[in-house]
Amino acid sequence: MIRPDAPVLLEIRDLQARVEDQPILKGVSLTIRAGEIHAVMGRNGSGKSTLSKVLAGHPAYTVTGGTVRYVGDDLLSLEPELRARAGLFLGFQYPVEIPGVSNLEFLRVATNARRAGKGEEELDTFAFEDLVRERLQVVQMDPAFLERSVNEGFSGGEKKRNEILQMALLDPLVAVLDETDSGLDIDALRIVAGGVNHLAGPDNATLLITHYQRLLDVITPDYVHVMAVGRILRTGGKELALELEERGYDWVDAELAALERTPAEVG
Amino acid sequence: MVAASLSTPTAAAGAGPGGWVTALLAEAASGADALAASRERAAQALAQTPLPTRRDEAWRFTDLAPLTGLKPSLLSPAPTAQPEPAGGSLRLTLNGHSDPLAGINLPAGLEPISGDGLSESLGQVLAATGSAGLWPVLLNGATAQNVLALRVRGTVATTLELVSDAGADEGILPLRLLLILEPDASLEVLQVHRSGGPNLTSVVLEARLGEGAELRHGLLAPGAEAACLLATVAVEQATGSRYSGVSAHGGWALGRLEPRLVQREGAAHSALKALQLADGRQISDTHSQMVFEGPDGRLEQLHKAVADGQGRSVFNGAVQVPRAAQRTNAAQLSRNLLLSDRARIDTKPELEIVADDVRCAHGATVSRLQQDELFYLQSRGIAADQAARLLLRGFCEEVLQALPAAAAAWQPLASLLGEQGR
Ligand SMILES: Nc1ncnc2c1ncn2[C@@H]1O[C@H](COP(=O)(O)OP(=O)(O)OP(=O)(O)O)[C@@H](O)[C@H]1O
Ligand SMILES: [Mg+2]
Repeated sequence: MIRPDAPVLLEIRDLQARVEDQPILKGVSLTIRAGEIHAVMGRNGSGKSTLSKVLAGHPAYTVTGGTVRYVGDDLLSLEPELRARAGLFLGFQYPVEIPGVSNLEFLRVATNARRAGKGEEELDTFAFEDLVRERLQVVQMDPAFLERSVNEGFSGGEKKRNEILQMALLDPLVAVLDETDSGLDIDALRIVAGGVNHLAGPDNATLLITHYQRLLDVITPDYVHVMAVGRILRTGGKELALELEERGYDWVDAELAALERTPAEVG
Repeated sequence: MVAASLSTPTAAAGAGPGGWVTALLAEAASGADALAASRERAAQALAQTPLPTRRDEAWRFTDLAPLTGLKPSLLSPAPTAQPEPAGGSLRLTLNGHSDPLAGINLPAGLEPISGDGLSESLGQVLAATGSAGLWPVLLNGATAQNVLALRVRGTVATTLELVSDAGADEGILPLRLLLILEPDASLEVLQVHRSGGPNLTSVVLEARLGEGAELRHGLLAPGAEAACLLATVAVEQATGSRYSGVSAHGGWALGRLEPRLVQREGAAHSALKALQLADGRQISDTHSQMVFEGPDGRLEQLHKAVADGQGRSVFNGAVQVPRAAQRTNAAQLSRNLLLSDRARIDTKPELEIVADDVRCAHGATVSRLQQDELFYLQSRGIAADQAARLLLRGFCEEVLQALPAAAAAWQPLASLLGEQGR
């Protein structure tokens, strides 16, 4: 839902980042207001996951330029855990397995960290169990997954559901979902998309990274951005995704070549 | 001149390592108990066995200095506070002097071994596992004043907890244990050894498993600054028997565990799961040995270690598969977590395989906390130090959860990490 007067939650300006000596993000700009759903698409390797991890504060990436303001704060100066407590959520493209750490305990510690960030009281184990059981229904996940180690031995789809369960518990202000739809069967896609729709509201915002129109059939984006070699090459409405579905990314090369030739005119 | 002065009794009594043994033996010899004869034999052997030094392969990384700095006298530790035993477990407290069975009603299936039965059996498993001449075993044999010896028949539903706390005083606490499982007997045992000061806990367990017998064995040993632990677990297995040993030790100035297993005719199942921790300037050492003397034996071994501070972790896993041991299936994995640049981990499989039709897998990994795992936790609002603790705990839990259920009362992880008040 686009409301021009809605508060800006996330404002990315000319963000540049590298990993080791390799520049990956080459000037990303993006403004997200409360209530909006944005989709980011683009070829493999165009920098989508890098953008999401830089926002979340992954230590492997060095920011070399640009700014990110998050609800008025300088996001990049915050430790990753403080970003999370302030309501920034990253649903990972590849959630890691953490053997030996119980999913239930992990979820409880994470939920309480976020609650502390919102100035709310910690939940004790019983109150948390009630909450988690309720939120499990959003993703229709079997409570048996709570007893297992974090993501350990989970199937690809189960990991993604576990990400959405975390999102449901952490009540994010801005959720960045990196290919949460990939690896899901048709039912799971509906469930996950339903969960995201359920959690999206007028006061929060969602950034969906995806390759597929089928997700955007269920979650209607307000904006669609196309990333290429570390920048956002084009922004449009939901029809841009349909166009991509039809035409593919070949036009990207032409546009990039044009950029190379006449950067000043386009820039 | 120099040689002469070194050999004078006064010089030997206090300072030198050889003198340390002499002084200890003088005190331990007394008594006309059931162990007197075997103690005398061990004392003679010990007097002739030089103290292990780092020139001995088996002690290459493990310096005995923390041990020989201790007062060479026997300890009679006073009782210390213990957590409530879990339901379904029988706790026996070992203090090296009193009879742990006094006033105890043993559950059905357990009966004490004494008299001729004892003198016939004692030391047999040590001999069968090639452990009789090991220095820690000799030290134990030469000093132990009594032995807890039990025969097991049928399935014992009660978990046996064998517990010691060397306390805060200086000295040596030798503990000797013997378990004989008759064919098809089944028992769960949890050893808990603690200390709170500059002393040595010396434990030797001999266990003989008859055909089809099963022993589920846990050993939890949270140490303390300046405290030493030398523990030997000797297990002799008949065909069809199952031994499962789960151990966790850490926090000792010097903590060394030596599980030594033999499958006399093969065709038995052995499982070893271990966790050891070394922080500060601690040494945590495991030297395990598995010998298959017949075909169709199995071993599953997982050894995990964490080294932090300037701690030192040593693992040596010997597996012997002679020609008679065809179709042996053995797997050994050593997984190590290095948490500091100044800590050290030495891990070494030692496979001697002569039989040709065998499957022996082994592997070792040394890693640090994984950045991606840390970041995943941080991205969920968990601070970096808490995230590191969660991962460390996760690493340890795999072994700790395999301890007998009765171990929970002792808070294994917190006690090993020195996080709980004693
Ligand atoms: N830690 C890293 N080390 C080295 N190269 C990296 C690292 N992270 C990202 N890259 C490189 O940066 C580029 C962008 O990667 P990124 O994962 O952001 O792409 P993506 O758009 O998410 O692709 P996909 O659609 O396949 O998920 C790729 O060329 C990738 O190889
Ligand atoms: Mg990606």
